[in-house]
Amino acid sequence: MALTREQITQRAAGELRDGYVVNLGIGMPTQVANYIPRGMDVWLQSENGLLGIGPFPTEAEVDPDLINAGKQTVTARRGASYFSSADSFAMIRGGHIDMCILGAMQVSQEGDIANWMIPGKMVKGMGGAMDLVAGVRRVVVTMEHNSKDGGAKFVRKCTLPLTGQRCIHMLITDLAIFEFDEGSRRFVLTEVAPGVTVDEVRAKTEAEFKVAAQVKAVAV
Amino acid sequence: MPKKTHDTAAAAFADLRARGVLRDNMTVMVGGFGLCGLPEQLILALRDTGVKGLTCISNNAGVDDWGLGLLLQTRQIRKMISSYVGENANFERQFLKGELEVEFNPQGTLAERIRAGGAGIPAFYTATGVGTPVAEGKETRAFLRPSDDTALHNRAPNSAPHGSGGSSTQTRAAPRDYVLETGLFADLALVKARRADDFGNLQYRMTARNFNPMMAQAAAFVIAEVEELVPLGAIDPDGIHTPGNYIDRVVKTTSEKRIEQRTVRKG
Repeated sequence: MALTREQITQRAAGELRDGYVVNLGIGMPTQVANYIPRGMDVWLQSENGLLGIGPFPTEAEVDPDLINAGKQTVTARRGASYFSSADSFAMIRGGHIDMCILGAMQVSQEGDIANWMIPGKMVKGMGGAMDLVAGVRRVVVTMEHNSKDGGAKFVRKCTLPLTGQRCIHMLITDLAIFEFDEGSRRFVLTEVAPGVTVDEVRAKTEAEFKVAAQVKAVAV
Repeated sequence: MPKKTHDTAAAAFADLRARGVLRDNMTVMVGGFGLCGLPEQLILALRDTGVKGLTCISNNAGVDDWGLGLLLQTRQIRKMISSYVGENANFERQFLKGELEVEFNPQGTLAERIRAGGAGIPAFYTATGVGTPVAEGKETRAFLRPSDDTALHNRAPNSAPHGSGGSSTQTRAAPRDYVLETGLFADLALVKARRADDFGNLQYRMTARNFNPMMAQAAAFVIAEVEELVPLGAIDPDGIHTPGNYIDRVVKTTSEKRIEQRTVRKG
């Protein structure tokens, strides 16, 4: 069985470590905040200038001056700080963020990512995605393994305009988990969704990848 | 010292055309992230001046009926330099019909280009955008990361450039490509702050700070919209985010402060 979006999100949360500073992308990655293991202290960074995102506000706490990068009203946790966009991206670009989790339209076998533009369709802009993939220490992608029409999204070479080159460290899909290996410049399949076989993953993937000696089932 | 404070946004713009500050085809920076920290009343006043052919440098383009969306409605904007412009149907229509020119910058590159422009730095190298459409036509050059290479990044002016030496760090860390990006400077900047004093010292609030401090430093003429005007000395010098010398005019307004995505939990 392929993982549900919720299970992908939970698996991504398993990558968090105590004390990490983490930036979560808009959409499915934002939900990772709901699965931070109890007792683990994780600082969520929002690229519009907040370190220490808290829960969504109550109706009484709503403040138009306090939003996240998705423009949603949020709160700030105890110990949070505010800073300018230049300082925020100094934090991102300068390697001061431990991990980011973001979605993708395509990931290539060499670790390239495309997630901001489909030529010929409306282009909304890349926002902070290019800075995040270029600067954050560990870049984790969560996405559906295939597009709605069954097409490959984990590909030999991205056909969409790139967001970043050779920058993805880990790929979590509904079928499998891959870790990038710098030595061979290929991803290594390390986990499969329960009931999914390595052959099935291979059949649904265009990218060339390696398979770990021990492939585990994703704990769900 | 000439008086910087004005009673209304319109008053702050009244003599700007005569003074040559306001002119068609000028470049204007506008602060804000979405509708947060947006100099909304100054945008209304800018629209009402009728100035045309604007190049607007702003992270976003407002929504259809607020922020820079208003100047798109009236077709006063010729070009946008932004990182993300979703949530705006007018924008989409004008862009697809070729009536509006758009230059997308990665958000961090946009922030740093503005910071650099205001700081007198004409250009800088960044890893952001290498290998993407953003880097097309721009100079790229290989360096080690500053954190991999403290010795060379703190080198004397005439020592060997990067990539040619044989230091111990270079054997461990691999150089990567960086793309050259230029600083940005505008004819006019419109910023939003929480409070100002008579000198124009500014203090921002929460995430409404965003692009405002850099833009306040990167334009020939800067107007600040604030929620509160206080006497000199009322803002703790340690709490001043933008020193007053950057600011030409200050207007206290009643801002609507619209919310784009009201998200709440029960409680």
